[in-house]
Amino acid sequence: MLSLQILANGLVLGGLYACIAAGFSLVWGVLNVINILHGSFIVLGGYLAYYAYAQFGIHPFVSILIAAPLFFALGYILQRSLINRMIAAPVLLTLSLTFGLDLMLSNGMLVAFTADFKKLTLDPPLGVLNLGGIALPVDRLFAMVLALALTGLLYLLLSRSRIGRAIVAVRMDREAAALMGVNVKRIYAVTFGLGALMAGASGPLLAMIFPISPLSGPVYLGKAFVICVLGGLGSVPGAMIGGLALGVVESFGALWFGPEHAITLSFTLLILMLLFRPTGLLGRTGYA
Amino acid sequence: MTTLLQLEGVTRQFGGLKAVSGVDLSVAPGEVIGLIGPNGAGKTTLVNVITGVHRASSGIVRFDGEDVTGLKPFQAARRGIARTFQIVQPFPEMTVAENVAAAAMFAGAVRYGDEANAEALGHLRFVGLAEMADKRASSLTLAMRKRLELAKSLAMRPKLLLLDEVNAGLNATEVDHALSLIRGIAARGVTILIIEHLMKVVLSLCTRIVVLHHGELIASGTPQEIVQDPRVIQAYLGRRYAAGGEAAEGQSHG
Amino acid sequence: MRKSALLAAVLFLLVALVPLAGDAYWLRLGTTMLMYGVIAMAWNFIGGLAGYPSFASAAFFGLGAYAGAVAQKLGVPMGLAWTLAGALSLAFAALLGLALLRLRGHYFAIASLVVAEVLRELVNSATDLTGGGMGLNLPVPHDATVASQSEFFFYAMLALAAITFAAMLWATHSKLGFGLRCIQQNESAADMLGVNTTLYKVAAFMLSGAFAGAAGAIYASWVHYIEPPDVFDVLYSVKAIVMVLLGGAGSVFGPLFGAAIFLSLEELVWRNYLQVHTGVLGLMIVLLVLFLPKGVFSLRLPWRKGKP
Repeated sequence: MLSLQILANGLVLGGLYACIAAGFSLVWGVLNVINILHGSFIVLGGYLAYYAYAQFGIHPFVSILIAAPLFFALGYILQRSLINRMIAAPVLLTLSLTFGLDLMLSNGMLVAFTADFKKLTLDPPLGVLNLGGIALPVDRLFAMVLALALTGLLYLLLSRSRIGRAIVAVRMDREAAALMGVNVKRIYAVTFGLGALMAGASGPLLAMIFPISPLSGPVYLGKAFVICVLGGLGSVPGAMIGGLALGVVESFGALWFGPEHAITLSFTLLILMLLFRPTGLLGRTGYA
Repeated sequence: MTTLLQLEGVTRQFGGLKAVSGVDLSVAPGEVIGLIGPNGAGKTTLVNVITGVHRASSGIVRFDGEDVTGLKPFQAARRGIARTFQIVQPFPEMTVAENVAAAAMFAGAVRYGDEANAEALGHLRFVGLAEMADKRASSLTLAMRKRLELAKSLAMRPKLLLLDEVNAGLNATEVDHALSLIRGIAARGVTILIIEHLMKVVLSLCTRIVVLHHGELIASGTPQEIVQDPRVIQAYLGRRYAAGGEAAEGQSHG
Repeated sequence: MRKSALLAAVLFLLVALVPLAGDAYWLRLGTTMLMYGVIAMAWNFIGGLAGYPSFASAAFFGLGAYAGAVAQKLGVPMGLAWTLAGALSLAFAALLGLALLRLRGHYFAIASLVVAEVLRELVNSATDLTGGGMGLNLPVPHDATVASQSEFFFYAMLALAAITFAAMLWATHSKLGFGLRCIQQNESAADMLGVNTTLYKVAAFMLSGAFAGAAGAIYASWVHYIEPPDVFDVLYSVKAIVMVLLGGAGSVFGPLFGAAIFLSLEELVWRNYLQVHTGVLGLMIVLLVLFLPKGVFSLRLPWRKGKP
């Protein structure tokens, strides 16, 4: 029973993780840019939900709808204005660029919101669902369902819509896509925008479950890394599998080794995966 | 007859696809062998297996009496297997001389410093690039880069030289120049295996031709025998005696 | 090479005169600059010469700091403790390199970044040996005055910087550096030419680890107190890269100049804006990457061309 409960906790967590990683993985796969800002975007989305609820009573689920377009625009503009200038530069430079931007954003948040952890507590609370002895907090359950729905929407967008197919085409073969009339620069910006959107939209969901602080940015970023490597780079199903896998591993790891070793455990997993199965658990890349 | 290179049942699979399948081949010292076959026949893959870029899925590669099947590229290079690339690969930010010196130093066991530089200059003179010695490699024209590749592979002091389409993209004059260089290299006693699409080159240069088709060795013989071999003609489906430069082969360099 | 060595000798001699100013502030600044210089030069082995985007500086620095501190706590004399710390970082870099240097690009960068986090957690939980999150106090020699102490650590850091520079100069003008430059430009072509790429990369990583680790050990003795988030700070990794980028990657004097410029900026700008410390650093990185990706000295200086 206990292990079933742990498994359920892990899957709920994993659904959220999938949502964290999907956008990060998309940007990495398509632009070959690691967006270090991703973690801070998530935190910023969390603050947006926190203040929207505390000041105006806007429910976090509704905040997602506010966050999505805002973050898309932010990502689109950032890519168009700054990141695109370095898109073909060596890894070290693109990495340094987003790192520098992240230092600015997280420092800015530290000044604006302080390092104190803030907790978004729904009033009245949604209660706990009891499924044959397995207790599931309803807010977590809703957050997970929404997270998976968001991730699923991204998948649908990529596999069905015209712009989505163009993104996939650019990922597979940029030159060929350009020859076929795809505006690669615009696709890059849209992709970066989508990545930011996914981060910003998962912020409100996480805010309902975890306390928010600018210091959490790197933690979420680290999880996104691990999930990408677990599930394989640049695919939504990969992010889904990787997210769920990490959620379950963290839950059981906390049980067996103690919660303080969660980071060590997931990073050890990361290094082992990189060394022995760099294509990820699914063993393939792309959206096919 | 002694053999320098011997392949026994060499197979290389990529997933379910057999790029090279059960190839047996002996190469005697001093031979100049042409390796031909349609695009995608597995020629570059075969070269990659010999040089250790890809490990043979099964079969044995023997070189100079030694089993070299599992060796890494740098180990194969140090034993005397040199190759040029279909797509030339200089160190772009280094000078032309440094490019050749690197080969002399790491594969040719020449000492770092003046000795390697002197050796490099000698090879550059041989291929006619001496006056470019201090230019950056990225500033060379394609024809010059191909000659730089030759100088680099010579600096490795090879026993066996694998030439992968050294003439692709060259004009007629440049091809003639390259041909005379390759003859000069063969005259030094270096054994050569050459992948080539230009039949003119193959016929005038090679002592023996082997044909690869769908990864299998389908024919081996003198140039005269090969051009009359019905299996070869069929494999090429009328594409024989191609006159111009060919599109790059589908096989990647890994 | 002889010219570079001569120039460096003059430079180090001039720096050695700093304590004559007798000012504690300048002494602290000088020691910090030399430490930054060592970290930047250490990164240059793997990042500048071999072209691998390593974020492992913090891991080596922290490991060296804790190794030196723990050794001293166990009664090992200071100088020996530093040497041991350098050796341990060297061995650690060898093992780590064998595993990680098979990865390229982003994967290598991330894996190397993660190492510091894992080490920090391990040090945090090994409370008996390291004091865990409480940090670790180092023995203070009671027979020395504060002034003579800071002078001592200044010269220690100067000696390490000189050794690191000599090693880097030697590496740049040797077969090792030549092979690393080949790897940086085209690794598979280097392999084909007979460069044992694994050996060369691991050697570069080991040099990188040894010097960064030794710097960490001296730092620990200098400040008397270390804690995991301080010495395993990812900013060490980032600063190393920024300094080398500032001074020009792949050049012999680049890392040192980069360290000097970086520290000057740090002192001039940040001391007045403590609250936005990291934000200004971030802005600096962004501006640097966008406008001066080849360093402040974007000209091709004569000593930047290491000939064989």
